[in-house]
Amino acid sequence: MRHIVPIFKREFLGYFRSPVAYVFLIAFLFISVSLAFSRYGGFFRAGVAGMDSYFTFFPWLFLFLVPAVGMRLWSEEKRSGTVELLFTLPITTLEAVLGKFLAGWAFLTIAVLASFPMALTVGYLGDPDWGVILTTYLGAVLMAGGYLGVCTLASALTKNQVISFVISLAACAALLFLGFSSFTDTLEGLLPMALADALSNFSFITHFDAFTKGIIDPKDVIFFLSLMGFTLFLNVVVLER
Amino acid sequence: MIEVKGLVKTYGPKRAVDGVSFSVKRGDILGFLGPNGAGKSTTMKMITGFLRPDAGSATVDGIDVTRDPVAVKGKLGYLPESAPAYPEMTVEEFLGFIAEIRGYREPAARAAQVDRAVQLTHLTPVRKQTIETLSKGFKQRVGFAQALLHDPAALVLDEPTDGLDPNQKNEVRALIKGMAEAKAVILSTHILEEVEAICNRVIIISQGKVVADETPAQMRARKPGARLDEIFRELTRGDL
Repeated sequence: MRHIVPIFKREFLGYFRSPVAYVFLIAFLFISVSLAFSRYGGFFRAGVAGMDSYFTFFPWLFLFLVPAVGMRLWSEEKRSGTVELLFTLPITTLEAVLGKFLAGWAFLTIAVLASFPMALTVGYLGDPDWGVILTTYLGAVLMAGGYLGVCTLASALTKNQVISFVISLAACAALLFLGFSSFTDTLEGLLPMALADALSNFSFITHFDAFTKGIIDPKDVIFFLSLMGFTLFLNVVVLER
Repeated sequence: MIEVKGLVKTYGPKRAVDGVSFSVKRGDILGFLGPNGAGKSTTMKMITGFLRPDAGSATVDGIDVTRDPVAVKGKLGYLPESAPAYPEMTVEEFLGFIAEIRGYREPAARAAQVDRAVQLTHLTPVRKQTIETLSKGFKQRVGFAQALLHDPAALVLDEPTDGLDPNQKNEVRALIKGMAEAKAVILSTHILEEVEAICNRVIIISQGKVVADETPAQMRARKPGARLDEIFRELTRGDL
């Protein structure tokens, strides 16, 4: 497992060696903050000292932005042939998968945490519940990991970054929409109730919601961690195939 | 040092490698010849543990690559075809990354290893440059430096002189020859003079099978007076 460190370092610094990191961070903050300030978010108009109106868009933002971070992880290596270099170095597939995933996750964590001036603003203007803000941040970081697991898996399936992006988007969208009643109602019409119910438990939204209310429910934490574990396991299988 | 026994790899209906066997001792430079698509690269990828063979085995220093791939990969230096490297890294960063994975944890030991590889492959003038800005010749040398970095006992080089100009080719050949004494080297090529210039053994592979395993002199003696490419054409007729 000691080889995770150099893989992680290379991948993480790799974001900053190209313009990718800066474009991504600026776009992420610009879009997330403007959505919160827009009339859909109503950050100021709500008159509440909280970050609900900021984080409420996160599942949607992640739908587009996490695939942008994850799509290159394996596709790029396969296209440029460096995958042959990487897998003839004395490392195991699991080490490579974990190193890369953790680097992408750390980068997304930075993006999420870079919104801290919003939290400071809320703290300056009012008297927010800091516990709720902290659990929301925790939820956002865990959710980013869940999305990223799906995206790295999609990236390992193809050497084409566009295909990787589209697969990621479709898979994440499915996991997102499972949480909406209109969508699950349709499912209930098609499938037995129990199955539809079970499926709707796989949604990002249902599991993120509790965090935004200040609740750290073990079942939500376990959902995101097991989603990561499962997708990373499949990632190893796909690469060793 | 390297023992290959009955390697087989099938892609769909096509047998890319069909029962290839040979062995390479320390001090040998084995030239791996064959038309494009004859199975040279596939064989090398199986020896280096990148591809899993469908049958047969490859061992390096007595270790089977399918049993303990990490140990074999630690002993080998491998230059894949067209020398892939991470374009956004500088030469120094890239070699530092390889050194760290190769187990040189201490920054001082890592720097010493990178310095040695940079000097051996004459990369000093470009060591702070990003790899994407380098010419083909320099990129190839970066691939070389990466393969040599840990002073491996066995080297596998897939078309090490491909795309280089005549001067660079000579330089690379001299480099391979210079370090071959203590190592087992396999290099693939389709340049016949190259084999004569540096190899002490030739294997010709055609349609996934070994059709000749001899010294360059023996190969020449097959048809005295004929040019090497005529002999080559005759041996690999099945690929036409």
